[in-house]
Amino acid sequence: MTGSSNKASRFFANVGNKIAGWFRNFGRSFVGFFRKIPTNLKKFGRKIADGFVRFGRNFAEGDAGVRCSYFIMGSGAFAHGQIVKGLGYLAIELLFILYMAFNGVGSLAGLVTLGTNFTYTYYDVDLGTGIEVNVPGDNSMLFLLYGVVAVIVVFAFIAVYLLNIRSAVANYKDSVIGVKPSTFRQDMQSLFDKKFYILLLVVAFAGVVIFTILPLIFMILIAFTNYDSAHPETSGFTWVGFENFIKLLGSNDLSSTFFPVLGWTIVWAICATFLNYFLGVGLALLINSKGIKGKKIWRLCFVLTIAIPQFVSLLLMRSMLSEFGPIMNLLVQLGFPRTNWFETASSARLIVISVNLWIGIPYSMLITSGILMNIPQDLYESARIDGAGKFKMFRKITLPYILFVTGPYLITQFIGNINNFNVIYLLTGGGPFGELSQGAGSTSLLVTWLYSLTNDTGNYNLASTIGILTFIICSIVSLITYRRSSSTKNEEDFQ
Amino acid sequence: MDYDFKKTNGGMKRRKAISKSAIYTILTILSICWILPLIWLILQSFGMEPDAPYQSTYGSPDILPSHYTVNWYVKLFTETEFPTWYLNTLIISLACMVLSTFFTLSMAYVMSRFRFKSRKTIQNIGLILGMFPGFMSMVAIYYIFKGIGLAGNVENWKQILALIMVYSGSAALGYYVSKGFFDTVSKSLDEAARIDGATNSQVFRKIMLPLSKPIIVYTALMSFTAPWGDFIFASFILKENSGAYTVAVGLYRWIAMAEIPAQWYNLFAAGAVCVAVPITILFLLLQRYFVEGITGGAVKG
Repeated sequence: MTGSSNKASRFFANVGNKIAGWFRNFGRSFVGFFRKIPTNLKKFGRKIADGFVRFGRNFAEGDAGVRCSYFIMGSGAFAHGQIVKGLGYLAIELLFILYMAFNGVGSLAGLVTLGTNFTYTYYDVDLGTGIEVNVPGDNSMLFLLYGVVAVIVVFAFIAVYLLNIRSAVANYKDSVIGVKPSTFRQDMQSLFDKKFYILLLVVAFAGVVIFTILPLIFMILIAFTNYDSAHPETSGFTWVGFENFIKLLGSNDLSSTFFPVLGWTIVWAICATFLNYFLGVGLALLINSKGIKGKKIWRLCFVLTIAIPQFVSLLLMRSMLSEFGPIMNLLVQLGFPRTNWFETASSARLIVISVNLWIGIPYSMLITSGILMNIPQDLYESARIDGAGKFKMFRKITLPYILFVTGPYLITQFIGNINNFNVIYLLTGGGPFGELSQGAGSTSLLVTWLYSLTNDTGNYNLASTIGILTFIICSIVSLITYRRSSSTKNEEDFQ
Repeated sequence: MDYDFKKTNGGMKRRKAISKSAIYTILTILSICWILPLIWLILQSFGMEPDAPYQSTYGSPDILPSHYTVNWYVKLFTETEFPTWYLNTLIISLACMVLSTFFTLSMAYVMSRFRFKSRKTIQNIGLILGMFPGFMSMVAIYYIFKGIGLAGNVENWKQILALIMVYSGSAALGYYVSKGFFDTVSKSLDEAARIDGATNSQVFRKIMLPLSKPIIVYTALMSFTAPWGDFIFASFILKENSGAYTVAVGLYRWIAMAEIPAQWYNLFAAGAVCVAVPITILFLLLQRYFVEGITGGAVKG
């Protein structure tokens, strides 16, 4: 490797630089993000202030249509003959007023109080002595849900309201310079052409708002309440501020469960991600090495496990490794004592990691195989001319190439593994239990603990708090790595 | 390293042969590790104890069943709820396939081809949402469904509808891979069509979609197989309503019971085979698209 002007070494230098730059940017982007927060906030504030200024100026400078549209939505459209559009705006305004009058105001108030009547019992003297009567209180869960919906409705209405003013102003300006306002037909047509993206986005994003954003806001709010097994929804719960976070992170019973679980989650995510990855790369290299026959057959053997639904292979592994499963039977026949591997923490953890290898290696093998076939062969040619040995070529060409291409995949895998519910829950259920309290076991991840806190014990507030903490961990990991990575920065380069 | 090249030809050959056979040995051992559990599953689905048609082989000291029967399959389809579960899952996954693919591709097309004010904001929202544990929102979703009468103690078809909505509702967030694909389709094609007077929706339907077969197949395959493998969402929404179970939930309940009445174990094996075989065939047929989908996104990322 002496010539500096040949293709191969230029490629190495390039890849090396890129990888080094990637790591350099780690720290810089992390610091940069926090340094940028004040400027971004300032920008945001200025934008809002500008909005208010424009809001006032439009009213002062606009015609009657614009001014009326501040009070009666759609006036600006009516004034310029856009009947359907105007009716639409008007209908939205009327619906909003009706909603607020009959439901919305109450819902917003309920969001503050979360219900004022708590469950209580009293002894009814009329029915006879000692007869207890249970009076259910307000269902705080519903108060919270309706409150969040009301807030979203209010924001959506404000957006439509501003849109109404904007279109009134646009109509006014058009009429000043003598442009005819667009007809309803034209508006509809532009929805399939210039504004096609709005149509597609609304359709695709509606589901996201209902099934992801709304529930998430709701659950984030739950983390600040005392909605647990002692305060179920029917007896009413209230706001408690940061109490749950303090409970989990401070020093007491809960935090002595939280930190071990967090520790194991991180150990697990590292093992599961990197072991799977490197062993998968190794397997792909073996299969793709020169002169090995039947590459397709070998690949098929491993790919089968990808095709089979994960829950099948996980439950299968669970029963194979169980106390009376075939593997134990075989060991007993060979003279080993019968043991239950799922009962001790260390063996259960080992099982979880190795079964995950069984599931995960084929994925990285498959991906790496695809990449290996795409490495430009002339790189190897010129390296060979330079006299590079096989090992050197692997170290200097193959490995950097694979690492470079699969970098983003590795990050998503890591985050996926932090939230890997299936493998843990279907194999061990989080057990063995006993070392930790609060329903967490030795193999529990944060996310399986979250599941058992909601599904088994009804401690929703703690579950939500854990969810938020998991989010913080994931976002720190990806903040460090995603920002400045080529995927978000250079997206225009590929077009 | 230089000495290697000066060795005699025979030495080189022998070394190569040794390393080759070492690779073959490793590969053989590994593929046995990977294939054997699957074979064992299939054998279990046919296995029985002698003289007792429904006596499970699970827990018997033998590693392989001593007798074979098709009784488990007969029982599976005549005496259990498995056919219903199978049909439920099929309906859900077909509906999800259509809806999710449509949502995902729409989002990906918008993000790849349009530049508008809130574009970056929406992308960032998508990134942020992806970092919350998916299950976290489940409790709230359950209450929303309860509120609109699709969960709790309701008819089976309503529960199935609820599952379809859960699986496909947030599909747009998974637009990233398809966007990477659309980015590679040359923009000059759209521009030429635009000059010829095509609207954006025509460009999408008549130019982008026909050129995007690999990514359509990939997205459809992924969203079709997801309901077959999902356990957590389905079990949380369906609770004890066994008539609306998907195969994953139903079979899990069997194996969770298997600690006690062992006959469920072989039924599980038979059911698992019935689930795995069609999915596996589908997957192997479309494997090319799968690899293209993953690496396509990665290579471009």
